[in-house]
This record gives sequence, structure tokens and C-alpha cells, in this order.
Amino acid sequence: MYKEEILEHFKNPRNKGVIEKPSVRVSVKNALCGDAITLTLAIRGDKIEDIKFSGIGCALVTASASLLTEHLKGKSVKILNDINDTFVLKLLGGEITPARIGCALLPLKALKQIKK
Amino acid sequence: MIGAIRKDFPILSRRINNKKLVYLDNAATTQKPKAVIEAISNFYLNHNANIRRGVHTLSEEATAKFEEVYKKTAKFIGAKSVDEIIFGSGTTEAINMAAKCFENSCFWDKEGEIIVTEMEHHSNILPWMSILDRKENIFGFSNVKNLKVIRINKDGILDLDHLKSLLTSKTKIVAISHISNVLGTINPVKEIVKMVKENSSALVLVDGAQAVPHQKINVQSLGCDFYAFSSHKMLGPTGVGVLWCKKEILEKLPPFLFGGGMIEEVYFDKAVWADIPHKFTAGTSNISGVIGFGAALDYLEKTGLSLIEKQEKELVSYCIDSLSNIPGLTIYGPLDISKRGSVVAFTLFGVHPHDLASVLDSYGIAIRSGHHCAMPLHNKLGISATARASFYLYNTKSDIEALVAGIKKAKKIFKV
Repeated sequence: MYKEEILEHFKNPRNKGVIEKPSVRVSVKNALCGDAITLTLAIRGDKIEDIKFSGIGCALVTASASLLTEHLKGKSVKILNDINDTFVLKLLGGEITPARIGCALLPLKALKQIKK
Repeated sequence: MIGAIRKDFPILSRRINNKKLVYLDNAATTQKPKAVIEAISNFYLNHNANIRRGVHTLSEEATAKFEEVYKKTAKFIGAKSVDEIIFGSGTTEAINMAAKCFENSCFWDKEGEIIVTEMEHHSNILPWMSILDRKENIFGFSNVKNLKVIRINKDGILDLDHLKSLLTSKTKIVAISHISNVLGTINPVKEIVKMVKENSSALVLVDGAQAVPHQKINVQSLGCDFYAFSSHKMLGPTGVGVLWCKKEILEKLPPFLFGGGMIEEVYFDKAVWADIPHKFTAGTSNISGVIGFGAALDYLEKTGLSLIEKQEKELVSYCIDSLSNIPGLTIYGPLDISKRGSVVAFTLFGVHPHDLASVLDSYGIAIRSGHHCAMPLHNKLGISATARASFYLYNTKSDIEALVAGIKKAKKIFKV
């Protein structure tokens, strides 16, 4: 589960921070462990110009948020409709134990609120 | 001795991720000895029937076995009478039961205040908030008034001067845990009860979920009014809990659950309740569970709680000494072993408790991580989660050595 890439994103998370005056701001909590994550996005036209995450999280939450934001930055907002659980797990690259899938998918849970 | 005890627990010989199981999550639930598992299967194989309802042989056998556990439970906690024992589904239900009955009784008035502590488990906070919340709220409580909270100091010990200052004629109930499920703090219940009774007319409820399994309890000498605990944290099955309540209080409480088995007479315009404790147990009880719990009590009596307590003290002391030597590791709660139960919560710098638990699991070591249903306490400590190792009678020093080795491996993986 703790592959080099995940640990590397945990240690040096990409897009960590908060966008001032964001177009969208969403937050989620994992009631089981108290982890909480906030995503802020700057959207111009239909392009995600910038996306950042903040909050507290374990290695999986942090790496997942880091990889996801890296993937989304600069893309069209339409991509938000295509991102699902399978995609995120693939992005993390492999075996996540059942008890930890909730951690891996926490940032996606926040993203899904945007679609609403 | 421990070798013989371990043989009674078949699950301890299981392998997890190709490693020997090291089970250190006993504060969540304990493993079950063969005697308990067999008592449950023997009941279903040979004696299953509903209790107190039939005149046939099976029903008589089931009733006798069930009633026997009332006696064992009363003796185990030093209750004055079996009539003071109410079986429910666990500590949570027991406290909810107490709160519901209390709310509708002569002991409560709408202007009353309730005192809890900063170290409480959610199940000893929320039932009381439900009494105090001023409006119906489908999504949560939003207007809780008159809940007072006893502070803890930096060592995780209750500030009794603060308690004293909170007690007034308005205080109606003081709800405290006997042993904290996170900090491990053993609260001085006797002293607290004395203080409450001297300064108010409040009742005292004690959440004993983390205490009864580990040390000899005598509810009469503690002096409290309610005491709640769970079977599954003391070798018994899940789905069984006990609410003990002083007879003179219990007699003044209305029932909270209505149905079969709790009545004397029913008409369409009136009903008369059964005597205590039956008026509090409507519906068919968890018969097999209670019988399994009886077998757990037998097992603990046979082993001896003083031996269990002594063994655990040694383990906790060894655990704290070993963990203290790991750089970057912070232990929460009192470091004075005499003030602490068999729970050690800690954090490791640079490794989230969930990640630590996952790494340990890959080595067959089971610990708990998260806020352990004590979110307000974690807020107070300024952290979102802790890792927690908790012990029971079958744990050994080598389990702690495995834990320490596992933590060192996690440090290596996370390069901290």
C-alpha cells in the first residue's frame, strides 16, 4: 500500500494550500478518524485554472488529494464528470486494503460535491 | 499461566498477513475463550427456547440458565440484589436507557444541569445532550444548554476543584467514565461520588466499560447510583450490556421501552408494570448472549481479577517504558501507572495513526486508530486522531516487543 510514489506525494504534496477567493470551495470529513479536507478551485470559463487542497489527513488522503489535484489542474471542468472511484484507486496505483478505501476516496468525495 | 490462558482462545493461533496475530485492540472488544463460544452453541444445540413464557422443559431450562446470569452478574459487581441488574445490548444502550428513564422521572426537572467530563466517550455525552437539547433536530443537536464539562489537566487527570465549582442545587446528574478509553486514566469514583453528594442532590452514573473487565468493582463501595458496562469487552459476546442501578432509585424510574414481559396487567385503558428489573426489559432478551456472558464471568472469576490486574499493570508499565524510548512518539494520559488502566494512546511524529495501524496490520499487529469515539477529548488534546494499544489477560511482553518493532518499521517506511 505504501509505495514509493504514495509516500513521495505524502511527504511533498502538490497543490497544498488554499486559493484566495476561489470559484468553488468544498469540504469533507471522515467521521471515523477525524480527517478533514478542503478543496478550493479557480475556474475560468470551463477550465480548472487552479486547484488546491488543505486539511489534515493520513498518507492515503494526502497522496490521493495530491495526485488528483495534479491530474485536474489545467483541464476542462467536464473531466469532473469522468472521475470515479476506480479512476482514483488506479491513480494511487494498486492495493488499498478495504478498511482504507474510505481514506483513498476522501478527496473524491469532496470533488463529487462540486458536481451537485 | 499466560500460556495456559492463551490456549483457551483459539483465535490467538490465527495468522494475519502471514504473521502471528498480536491482538492489542482489547479496549474495542476482547477475544472470546472456548468456554464462552461453547456455552452459546450448547444453548442453541440443546436448550433453545424463549424464557419466562413457556411451561415446557426447554423453556424452563433456558429460563434457569438465563436467571443464573443475573445472580452471577450481581455477585461480580457487588450489587445488593439481582433486582438491580438490567440487561441491554451494551454500555451505549445502558446509558441511553438510564438517560431516558431519568429524563421522565422525579429526579429531573427542565431547568436542571448535567455534568460530564472532557474525557467521555460519545456514548456518555450524547444521551445527556439529548435531554438538554432544546429543539427537535433531524440532523443533530444544535441548542444544548446546561451541559457542564469537568476539565482535565495536562496529565489527563480530572480537575476535582473544577467539579466542585460546577456543582449546584441545579445539578441533577453527574456522568463520568471509570477509566478513560483513550487516556487510560482511572478516575477516583469514590471521591467524586462523595463530593457530588456533599454539594448537590445529583445522581451519579459511571461508565464502567473499560473498568469492569480489568479490576474488581464493587458498586456498593463506589457509592454511585448507576453503573454501566459491556459483555464484549470482558470475554463475552457482543450485544449484551449491563445497567446496574441502586434499588431505591430504580423503583422510582418509569420504564422506557414497552412491550411483552414488562407488564403485570394490560387493558385498553390502563396497564400495570411488572416489578423491577423486568419492567425495564420489554421484548425477548438476547438469551444466548446473556448465557455466553455468564460463561465469561465464570472464566474471569476462575482466573481471578487480581491476577489479571497485576499482569496488566506489568504490561502497561513495560509498554510505556518501551514506547518512551522511541523518538518522535508522544504518549497521552497519566504516566503514573497507579493512575492508569490497560490502554495506551499515542501519536508518532510524521506518521498518521491510520497509516501506523495499516503498517502494523501488515505485521499481524492489531491496534486501534482514530478518535475512539472521544472527539471532544481529541479536540482538547489538539489532535485529530491517536493510535491506541490496549491489553488483556492473554497479552504478553513479546506482544509489546512486536508492537515496538512494528512502530520502528513504520518509521523506516515513512523515513521519520
